[in-house]
Amino acid sequence: MHDFVQHIINGISLGSIYALIALGYTMVYGILKMINFAHSDVYMIGAFAAYYVARWLGIEAQPGIASLLMLILVSMLACGFLGFLIERFAYRPLRKAPKLNILITAIGVSLFLQYSGQVVFGADPKVFPEVMTDYVLLTFGPVELRSFDLTVLGVSLVAMLCLEFLIKKTKVGRAMRAVSSNALVASMLGVNTDKIIAFTFVVGSSLAGVGSVLVGMKYPKIDPLMGMMIGLKAFVAAVLGGIGNIGGAVLGALIMGLSEEMVVAYLSSTYRDAFAFGILIVILIFKPAGLLGKYSVEKV
Amino acid sequence: MKRLLPILCVLFFLGACTKNTNEIVIGEYDSLTGSDATFGLSSNKGVRMAFDEINDAGGIKGKKISLITLDDQGKNEEAASATTRLITHNKVIAIIGGVASGRSKAAAPIAQAHKVPFVSPSSTNPDVTKAGDYIFRVCFIDPFQGLVMAKFARENLNLKKVAILRDVKNDYSVGLSNVFKREFADRGGQIVADLSYQAGDIDFKAQLTEIRSKSPDGIYIPGYYTEVGLIAQQARQLGIKAPLMGGDGWDSDKLSEIGKQAIDGNYYSNHYTTESADPAVTEFIKKFKAKYNETPDALAALGYDAARILAQAIERAPDLSGKAIRDELAKTKDFPGVTGKITLNENRDAVKSAVIIQVEGKNRKFITTINP
Amino acid sequence: MGFLKRPFLAFLALAALGLIVNFGFNAYIQLIVLFILVNCLLSMSLNLVNGYTGQFSLGHAGFMAIGAYFTAFTSSKIHFLPDSLQLLEFFVFIFGAGLAAALAGFIVGLPSLRLKGDYLAIVTLGFGEIIRVALLNMDFLGGPRGYSGIPSFGPFMVSFLFASVWILICFFTIWRIVHSSHGRGFLSVREDEIAAEAMGINTTEMKVKAFVLSSFFAGVAGGLFAHFTAFISPSSFTFLQSVNAVIMVVLGGMGSMTGAIVAAVLITALPELLRPLQDLTGIDLRMVIYSLALILMMILRPQGLFGGYELTDLWRKYVRRSA
Repeated sequence: MHDFVQHIINGISLGSIYALIALGYTMVYGILKMINFAHSDVYMIGAFAAYYVARWLGIEAQPGIASLLMLILVSMLACGFLGFLIERFAYRPLRKAPKLNILITAIGVSLFLQYSGQVVFGADPKVFPEVMTDYVLLTFGPVELRSFDLTVLGVSLVAMLCLEFLIKKTKVGRAMRAVSSNALVASMLGVNTDKIIAFTFVVGSSLAGVGSVLVGMKYPKIDPLMGMMIGLKAFVAAVLGGIGNIGGAVLGALIMGLSEEMVVAYLSSTYRDAFAFGILIVILIFKPAGLLGKYSVEKV
Repeated sequence: MKRLLPILCVLFFLGACTKNTNEIVIGEYDSLTGSDATFGLSSNKGVRMAFDEINDAGGIKGKKISLITLDDQGKNEEAASATTRLITHNKVIAIIGGVASGRSKAAAPIAQAHKVPFVSPSSTNPDVTKAGDYIFRVCFIDPFQGLVMAKFARENLNLKKVAILRDVKNDYSVGLSNVFKREFADRGGQIVADLSYQAGDIDFKAQLTEIRSKSPDGIYIPGYYTEVGLIAQQARQLGIKAPLMGGDGWDSDKLSEIGKQAIDGNYYSNHYTTESADPAVTEFIKKFKAKYNETPDALAALGYDAARILAQAIERAPDLSGKAIRDELAKTKDFPGVTGKITLNENRDAVKSAVIIQVEGKNRKFITTINP
Repeated sequence: MGFLKRPFLAFLALAALGLIVNFGFNAYIQLIVLFILVNCLLSMSLNLVNGYTGQFSLGHAGFMAIGAYFTAFTSSKIHFLPDSLQLLEFFVFIFGAGLAAALAGFIVGLPSLRLKGDYLAIVTLGFGEIIRVALLNMDFLGGPRGYSGIPSFGPFMVSFLFASVWILICFFTIWRIVHSSHGRGFLSVREDEIAAEAMGINTTEMKVKAFVLSSFFAGVAGGLFAHFTAFISPSSFTFLQSVNAVIMVVLGGMGSMTGAIVAAVLITALPELLRPLQDLTGIDLRMVIYSLALILMMILRPQGLFGGYELTDLWRKYVRRSA
């Protein structure tokens, strides 16, 4: 029984890591209807930015909440700026191009970041500085609840609520929704679509920055290809929850994390990824737009 | 694109310029980019250092060695095309292979078909050298390393129940696990769990929780240090106190940087020990640190040995034909390598002893030597 | 037999090209040429789904893997013809590889093709990954250690002609289908699914047909790949391989057969052409340049190299007019 509880805790903690990254995917998709394949590599750059700044400032010697916040801020700024650059120079020229082109460009950007990362940072893994000390919050027999698990879950839920608020309740958010439903009409009504889209990218990318520092704190190993696997999983999670839907991304990510955990625990660890994708396929076949996504019937 | 094409063509033929005849051209392919790059780069550093030293000492047969290294991006088909390019385009007289056995299996048959001697520094899969009589390796093979750890776990540590956690994407890890599983059971031990992860994963708590429920006396994790550090941390967080054991994939300074205190006290099998008083080893470590400012890992040491064994064979060979070099390579006996005394047997595999190392912070404590 | 005239002429042209490569270039270039042929098959087959039918598939590597493993296993285990007819045997096995991949394509396609756009992409991606994970766990196929000892065709010329035959079969099959009234159905699905349905076209059937045929040729490509490299392992069929196939289709211009071929040549040759650069810079910048080229290409020529036209259309448009 306590193993089961432990698996639940592990699964939720893994799921909340996916959630942080999935939010960025879903945010950009919701507004632009494009899969930003480079998102997971922006996340990687964020981790390296935090790593170098931490070493430069000598933060590794003084773990604490202040260092953590400081690094998150640095990483958000780096990622936000990078997201801005990518949007401005790679995606904006393609605004009117077919969707597949934008996708290929995104893949191009992703490969570019991965391989130039290997040239600039080196291919060997780096050890992320210890920004906080992990401690045990609660113990039930062999089951432990750790502060990092709770932090990551908390941050991803807060990020979700902030995004919901941003999109539903603010003026920028209304403009974003307008661009999402019809960019042309929105621009006729005085919305500066380029600005709004750039803003969306900056917000989505800075979320990747938050994720990168939290992941670095929890799993202190970073390398230029670190975004590949986690990015794919997070992206699948976003689709599972209904891509474009903020709450869906978090829900999908938690389901993804839990199902991976349970597959390893009770079925087979070698087939973990196959089962994870299998669950996705089954869900999509019965709910073609994901769990919380709206299936829009095309009108003529 | 149209304007780019002529430039590319020029570049292409630049590579075809005639090479200096006073040079001996040796080819190397390895994963310099891609997900295995950290291992490929290590091996490459060892190879380069060996040839630089030989060139500084006057080269072979009075000629300098020119090393051409091509990248395979961690892809089998790229290894095949890189090898073909080295042989037919760069006209190398011998090839030093890459780290991963998969790439060696794609590249070795090509070297064999062109009768170009091929020395693999660290492909441990038994099948690699079965490609033909021009294919050699300087490392021990999976069955031996798996046996070493099984013996050590059963006889020295006296463990009864062991769990295995393997990297299912990695042929090296799967090979070692299979051997360990068989040998450990043959010695009266019991394998209580056999789980897997994939290289690139960062969370292993699911597997470890499952292992914990079986309460083993030890866990065998024959993966690479890139993941093992994290695994050790998470295992200790879950309260698993059993010793962890692994193979030469653990050998790196990064292991204890990532794993911190969690990795201390655990054991792995390796080719050599840094505590060795053997001047070959101390000299190598000193020179490597001076050149690259880092401690060499096992792959760097094997790359270094592979390059030196090849150079020696070329020096001894009457001429620079593939056949002559091959024959001399096959005669390699008791070569004083960094990774032990190397003798190539009739299967062109290295026969040498393995050592068991215990991790102690930055130090690697020598525990015992196990002979073949 | 008039309908065989063009394929036959094309075969002669390819054979002439093969002879030039055979005698004019070294084994390295020859190997690259063989990889180009494999990628041509891949891009043409994916073009049927992505380019003509407008469905977005990201799982092509999976079908390729099925074909490759099928060929590897059968050709190294089974012999039912005398040695002199071994090539015929290989042909049969590669056809079988195509059928195996087509069957998988049918199983994948039937439930998933009612999904649209990105969702379809993800489901096909998922299937590709499932196939790869399954291969990793099949011990009789070598698991992560891969499958070695696959018989080769022998000399370059034999391999080249063998692959050429398949290229032509693929090219003319797809060409004839797309230019038939039946094939217009594929295009109608791409242009406007609702209108197509209103015109009485069974869109799901169309999509599944395109998908199955496309998987068939992907399987064939995998089979050839297995023979050419003599060693395969699951790491050759990752998600990146599927992405590569999509890149070739988009770069060539969606729905242009000749474009797909030209793009396959470029994409396969570019990383190899960039190899000498490493001698100059000392570090491997190939993929950095490759990815930059990709981004620039998409921005500067979003419709792809041929933009839906065929080589022959361009010929008519530019050369004839000026004459």
